[in-house]
Amino acid sequence: MDINTKKVKKNAYRVSKVRGITASRVRVPGGACNADVLMQVAEIAKEFGNGKVHLTTRQGFEIEGISYEDMDRVNEKLQPIIENLGINQEIPGAGYSASGTRNVSACIGNRVCPFGNYDTASFAKRIEEAIFPNDLHFKVALTGCANDCIKARMHDFGIIGMTVPQYDPSRCVACGACVKGCDKLSVNVLRLENYKVVRNEEKCVGCGVCVTKCPTRAFTRSDKKYYRLTIMGRTGKRNPRLGEDFMVWVDEDTIVKVILNTYKFVKEYIDPNAPGGKEHVGYIIDRVGFHEFKKWALDGVELLPETIVKDNVYWSGIHYR
Amino acid sequence: MGYLLRQGAASQLLEKWKEEYDVYAPKVYPGTGCYSDTDVVRYGIIDSWDEIVWDKKSDYSFKEALLPISDTIMYFTENSTKIPDEGKSPLIFLRSCELHALKRLDEIYLHNGPEDYYYKRIRERAKFILMGCDQSFESCFCVSMGTNTCDQHDGYIHMEDDALYLELKDEELQVYLNDLETDQADREHQYVKENADKVQIPDSLPEDIATHEVWKEYAGRCIGCGRCNFVCPTCTCFSMQDIFYKDNENVGERRRVWASCQVDGYSDIAGGISFRKDQGERMRYKVLHKVHNYKNRFGHTMCVGCGRCENICPEYISYIACLDKLTRIGKEEA
Repeated sequence: MDINTKKVKKNAYRVSKVRGITASRVRVPGGACNADVLMQVAEIAKEFGNGKVHLTTRQGFEIEGISYEDMDRVNEKLQPIIENLGINQEIPGAGYSASGTRNVSACIGNRVCPFGNYDTASFAKRIEEAIFPNDLHFKVALTGCANDCIKARMHDFGIIGMTVPQYDPSRCVACGACVKGCDKLSVNVLRLENYKVVRNEEKCVGCGVCVTKCPTRAFTRSDKKYYRLTIMGRTGKRNPRLGEDFMVWVDEDTIVKVILNTYKFVKEYIDPNAPGGKEHVGYIIDRVGFHEFKKWALDGVELLPETIVKDNVYWSGIHYR
Repeated sequence: MGYLLRQGAASQLLEKWKEEYDVYAPKVYPGTGCYSDTDVVRYGIIDSWDEIVWDKKSDYSFKEALLPISDTIMYFTENSTKIPDEGKSPLIFLRSCELHALKRLDEIYLHNGPEDYYYKRIRERAKFILMGCDQSFESCFCVSMGTNTCDQHDGYIHMEDDALYLELKDEELQVYLNDLETDQADREHQYVKENADKVQIPDSLPEDIATHEVWKEYAGRCIGCGRCNFVCPTCTCFSMQDIFYKDNENVGERRRVWASCQVDGYSDIAGGISFRKDQGERMRYKVLHKVHNYKNRFGHTMCVGCGRCENICPEYISYIACLDKLTRIGKEEA
């Protein structure tokens, strides 16, 4: 059996522990797909796999038990899925064009969740569209609110939805629901003064709890959607850590630009001797310094006046090496 | 007999009315819902006919046009007070059930002890134009409550494909039609003839209904947010707030703001005592007031069957289901 494992991996197949057997990895940007995709995945699993499908940690499908000989036929069967999900592809019919940049995952967001501050899947698709296919190892996740159910902070780029609470004192009855909600569910930055609500703007995390709690529409969401962009969280052997805030009250366009700029930064600084050409962006920044990264990241970016960019970022985490 | 106004004449009429009145109607406030990317329909001052929402029930009622949610009723200094000047008169487009609610507001603020100065002064200048209902919305039960038709309006309006049909009973409002291009017409009023929800109001309830176990389930279900009161066109309770300005504590204002019998603090009294701490008791207090206690005093129910409390409840507590339970209890007793 003559298999080019480099090509196989790039084509989003796994070199598994069982000789002769691979698994097909189906990316689902934003974790949102229609039922047709499920049926198509099921068909491949039954026809070419062992009938089992793993729901991956990054919200894709891994179709198990496929023979390497069947990869071309599986790629043909993947085509409708790739088209259905609108995934960028270099050669139609040839399966996925890369696997380094991982599926952009997202919580269910405001399509369903009352706490979600934006449509996470739509934004995930926009990012996927901008960055895939690419062999560089990037992990991006989006979460609707500060609860961070998707664990965006464990990613190279974590995107957390925010809203600037808009307060209309003329609609406020001082019922205290927002104050109580902010205290019990969030960061306790609201208080009543003369029977009207005062918000500590510096400490507010923009979670939107006050808006969901308000019974009279005194608190509403800002027209503009804002985000917190956390960077360089990771798991792994050496130094697992949570991502730290890079930008707060940032807009979508800026986030897309910053991520694209980071690809350029990585191309410039990646260790040419890295095994498999794979060095995580977080470790590259550890090597070359945050300020060099920041210079690249902000290249050509026009920030909103309200966006806060951190002067310095210090990560913690556990150091095993 | 009424008039058909095509686009030009209709806009001219509104422009003329706007000079004299604050014209209120149900309109969309985009993106202002509790949840992101959701809208709210509520009463606000309109600039154009297009803003009026016909095909949905407004989430909040018309009452805020007469009774502001937070209303400064007096400014004070060390030795003087000043009552705020009156604004423009309100011209309010509203539904039949809400005109019936107006009668309830009148009962409470004008015919239940001394007249309320602030309500009276705006009420006397307010005009009301009935919006035809060509459909019944979710949880509407106006037919059961006899509020689907009314005659206490200053005018009637509905939209037709290419024109606005308007009847004006009020002479002051009629004047504005002079010099406008109108066609005389005679249309039937649109009103709801049947609702999906049919509700019976219990004729009598047992003596011990206040302690009946029917209220118990609400203790665990209701979160006491007060939305049912705030959207209700007939809830009239308010709290007083005396404020001393931060920069000069010898000067301040007195406000009255909407209150809710479901929210903590409503029944607090001196000595740190409060009544009805349990949400089940609060539900009982509200529901019995709407269909029983108020009726005993005024001869008609307070509830007008708009169903907004049912539509807004985040815990899916059904007021209609509660009334059904009461009716069953009333019948069993008889």
